[in-house]
Amino acid sequence: MPATKRFWEDVKEGDRLPEVHVDKLTRTDFVKYAGASGDFNPIHHDQTFAEASGNPTVFAMGMLNAGILSRVVTGFAGRPNVRRYKVRFSTRAWPGDDVVCRGKVTRKLEHGGEKLVEGELEAINQKGETLISGTFVAALPSRGSSGA
Amino acid sequence: MPVDKNAIGRTGEPVTMHVERGKIREFARAIKDDDPLYYDEGHAAKEAGGIMPPVTFLQTVAHWDDGRGRPRLPFDLKRVLHGEQEFEFLAPIHAGDVLTAVSKIVDVYEKPGKRGGSMTFAVTETEYRNDKGALVARARAVGIETGQVVKD
Repeated sequence: MPATKRFWEDVKEGDRLPEVHVDKLTRTDFVKYAGASGDFNPIHHDQTFAEASGNPTVFAMGMLNAGILSRVVTGFAGRPNVRRYKVRFSTRAWPGDDVVCRGKVTRKLEHGGEKLVEGELEAINQKGETLISGTFVAALPSRGSSGA
Repeated sequence: MPVDKNAIGRTGEPVTMHVERGKIREFARAIKDDDPLYYDEGHAAKEAGGIMPPVTFLQTVAHWDDGRGRPRLPFDLKRVLHGEQEFEFLAPIHAGDVLTAVSKIVDVYEKPGKRGGSMTFAVTETEYRNDKGALVARARAVGIETGQVVKD
């Protein structure tokens, strides 16, 4: 879905960003991301290799989860307005896991001629464990300017 | 083992990366994003001056790197975790752009691990420039070498 148009003036600190949900990750999701990204570490697609490395099965690339989480920011601000996106990886996601991504606005500021919004992000699994935490900075159009 | 600070400043060879429309579509699908900005040229031209790559797309530089683009980390690769990843966007990137990526190890440091022993951190920064030489994005990755083979 295209991002909803938002003006900087209409956003408040503490506002929640629209959530992104992905139900039941599959091994096919990992393989699709491997092909898309070029991350062919066999630990993410090869059961034999994953077991030999001491894992019960394959698990998602952290960057797949990070890509899904980034949709919270693009859905909120629009891709062209994303200025910074930072994630920290915590827990791994396994086949069958649900991923719930959410975020909130922590600060509004003006910098370098842009009206910016800073916020926090989090992707959790169905048990409430944090898969990734993150932060973002996005620019939003202003009601005061003719741009946007 | 003391941490090998000599790796700081180590730089990979420049990698040329073509930002391709088909690859953008494949990547957007892989992260289950149906935003028409990644698929519909007409819509993207109106909204963003053309099809743009998703936020984490610059990771696909892996497809363009034969290995020489990545500066060698002082790590045992069996014990390496991806700790953090950051992207900073300084100018728009569109399908059709040709970027040059240069990666450099900017920091290596040690911290005590939660289960004893120590963990070594390495920060690699990659700068992406377009064919006009303008810096369009910067990526920062933190790799962690754990004290033992990685377990949750």
